Amino acid sequence: MIMDTYVFLQHYWWAVVSLLGAILVFLLFVQGGNSLLFCVGKDDIRKQLVINSTGRKWEFTFTTLVTFGGAFFASFPLFYSTSFGGAYWLWMIILFTFVLQAVSYEFQSKLGNLLGKRTYRMFLVINGIVGPVLLGGAVATFFTGSNFIVDKGNLTELSMPVISGWANASHGLDALLNVWNVVFGVAVFFLARILGALYFINNIDSPEIAASSRRVLKIETPLFLVFFLAFFIRILTGEGFAVSDDGTVFMEQYKYWHNFLEMPVVTVVFLLGVLLLLAGIVVDGYLGKNRFSGKGIFFSGFGTVLVVFGLLLCAGYNGTAYYPSTADLQSSLTIANSCSSEFTLKTMAYVSILVPFVIAYIVYAWKSINSKKLSAKELEEEDEKY
Amino acid sequence: MELDLNLIDWSRAQFAMTAIYHWLFVPLTLGLSLIMAIMETVYYRTGDEFWKRTAKFWMKLFGINFAIGVATGIILEFEFGTNWSNYSWFVGDIFGAPLAIEGILAFFMEATFVAVMFFGWNKVGKKFHLASTWLTGIGAAISAWWILVANSWMQYPVGMEFNPETVRNEMTDFFAVAFSPVAVTKFFHAVISSWIVGSVFAIAVASWYLLRKGESHKKFALSSIKVASVVGLAASLITLFTGDKSAYHVAQYQPMKLAAIEGLYEGGESVGLVGMGILNPDKQWYDDGEEEFLVDFKIPYGLSYLATRDANGYVPGVKELIEGGYTLADGGMALSVDEKMARGKAAVEAMGAYRETSKALKTASDSIEVALLKNDLAIYDEVIDENMEYFGYGYIGDPKELLPNVPLNFYAFRVMVILGAYFILFFIVSSVLSFKGRYRQKWLQWIAIISLPLVYLCSQAGWIVAEAGRQPWAIQDLMPVGAAVSNLPASSVQVTFFLFLALFTILLVAEIGIMLKAIKKGPDLEQDR
Repeated sequence: MIMDTYVFLQHYWWAVVSLLGAILVFLLFVQGGNSLLFCVGKDDIRKQLVINSTGRKWEFTFTTLVTFGGAFFASFPLFYSTSFGGAYWLWMIILFTFVLQAVSYEFQSKLGNLLGKRTYRMFLVINGIVGPVLLGGAVATFFTGSNFIVDKGNLTELSMPVISGWANASHGLDALLNVWNVVFGVAVFFLARILGALYFINNIDSPEIAASSRRVLKIETPLFLVFFLAFFIRILTGEGFAVSDDGTVFMEQYKYWHNFLEMPVVTVVFLLGVLLLLAGIVVDGYLGKNRFSGKGIFFSGFGTVLVVFGLLLCAGYNGTAYYPSTADLQSSLTIANSCSSEFTLKTMAYVSILVPFVIAYIVYAWKSINSKKLSAKELEEEDEKY
Repeated sequence: MELDLNLIDWSRAQFAMTAIYHWLFVPLTLGLSLIMAIMETVYYRTGDEFWKRTAKFWMKLFGINFAIGVATGIILEFEFGTNWSNYSWFVGDIFGAPLAIEGILAFFMEATFVAVMFFGWNKVGKKFHLASTWLTGIGAAISAWWILVANSWMQYPVGMEFNPETVRNEMTDFFAVAFSPVAVTKFFHAVISSWIVGSVFAIAVASWYLLRKGESHKKFALSSIKVASVVGLAASLITLFTGDKSAYHVAQYQPMKLAAIEGLYEGGESVGLVGMGILNPDKQWYDDGEEEFLVDFKIPYGLSYLATRDANGYVPGVKELIEGGYTLADGGMALSVDEKMARGKAAVEAMGAYRETSKALKTASDSIEVALLKNDLAIYDEVIDENMEYFGYGYIGDPKELLPNVPLNFYAFRVMVILGAYFILFFIVSSVLSFKGRYRQKWLQWIAIISLPLVYLCSQAGWIVAEAGRQPWAIQDLMPVGAAVSNLPASSVQVTFFLFLALFTILLVAEIGIMLKAIKKGPDLEQDR
């Protein structure tokens, strides 16, 4: 069957947004690494190494978050208006901690910084914990649902023309009352720390930090697996939000399990991701010196991208409501009812052709300045450091 | 259920506050990026290490400023969703694209090359490093392009049409949005005026070295002043030109904004431009019998020329804009606001009827009923088409809502223009004296330092005119701010307002503290002494 252009573009953009979301989760290794600041940075030199190591990558996480937001806005504006305007507090807290993070690198070691080094480092840790937990919780709502109502007819109500609103007073914090959202948030938190530890092993020339990072891998990998598998089993065995051909949303038992069965490519992507993620952890955390030592972050990083990409495709493809409403099932957002017009999606698709070029110059630039591990000696010699 | 009016005000206040803070840092990023790139280019071409050290010093200050600029910027993008969610749906099909392109094309460029610029001195070649410094600035400018495209579209919405099926505006012409005349002018005006901020900053800091450090920093300070003066002079002259063009666009597309800027309650032909004046605070509306000004000095024919390019041209005031009945530039007759409100309401009602009919059509089975419903749809569609131009007026309850805050716009405009003229003079003096080797007088150096807060005031005043002058519209004529907000408790927005106010203020104080310490420490000039 030949797919209609508009339907294809909806799928294309859901894939792009999912990929950006997946890359964002991988880049949360910056946050995970920062949350380890006081675990692996036992003395000031090690703390400085940790901060300078994540400090040379934080802008990518930040930029990806902003681009993820922008791409979501351009391609699925109804999500942007419903989720951000409704789950106000959830998003505001996330943003607040990212603001704290953005200045903390540059300010923490500078004279005259008003709050002192320790405060800025605490900001980094706060963002390192709260960011992944809440972002994970927000992503979990794609499977568990949120409490909102959308009524486009409201636009004709001159005194109250807002089309989407939250159906309770907590404006997004209610996501944390659903235990499964918290479970997934905690899983993302442990994943970010695992990726942070793998990144340190790769990026910092310090046997002490490498040893501490391996300890983190050994202790936290089982915790990550417990939380992640609990959530994953829950969504596979529970009801999911299905969409019929006429756009009606209904509950379907084992919906996400069906999605994996009916979309084998997505399943392969997901399973390959799981394997790579675990392989990276094993290579650097559980095996002795081997030919892949220090490369775990690449395996696990790529694996994380595939896992999250697969999960998000499962949430939006195959007749599934990706942002379901628990307050009014028919208000749920699907890639068809929340997307931009065909013209805009097509125009933006042309723009997205530039993405490989952007990735190419990022890789080239980073290879140029990241050819060897960060060491205490380098920090001593460089004038440019955090 | 009705929207809380406090919610609209607090949502506006939060956006204004975060935008004002963000704009404290962006112009310096844009301005310094050019200055340090020029300095590094001189180093690249001459091989003189002095220029490398000079460029590195300005990069250090750039870095401190850049971080907080990035931090304050993230809030703004997401506030379109968190606080202006109805807006995000109604025009997200058009407005989201520039924000996404900004992220893809500009932010990654900045993020990548700013890192090479800071950490790559000893790791990449001179040519690649220089390219990275330029690309950091170019990335910042591209970012400005797309966000200014988005802002310009709010002032002058083009390239879209309303789709009653989806109940939103949809883009039909990307190039009309990306290269609208308002966007092009706004980009050059905002970015090049930011070079003025960067230049004044560099001259002020360098002047401080001349005052406090004397001979040891003389070469560094005077070299910096020369570069900044040339950049500043060119920028201030171009800004004068783009400012004039901007004002012309305001006259064409946002005449009520122009009336507020000029305190022009009653228009006419051959209208003078108010050079300076004191508004009469009792004057509230055009027919209240009060005088407009307590004191005013007018440049004869100035406003007519500025607005129409004809000294005798007709410029409508508040009265004419409310009552209509004057001849428009295209030869048509201006509608009164009452007529526009009636047509706006007709469009809103037709949109509601269209939705209901469309729903009924989905369940209709009888062929006659289907035909009748389709006929109704066509009629409603036509009503919407005919009146869409005035759609936003449908949400206006009282014509007085259409007048932006006159004193704020009037005085902010004059602060911007008078300071803009002052900076042309400032750069002429600093250019001439620095190149003649006579930038020695202490009073001159003090003036440069005092000019630093003035240039920020000037820059902020420009944005106040642009944004406060657009009120009550979120999108000119299409959607008032009251119809654009998110449905939240006003108290939630109040809390986040004060949270961000406190956070940004603390960070600003910290940034100034760090900047002052870095300036006090100064550049590494051991080898130049």
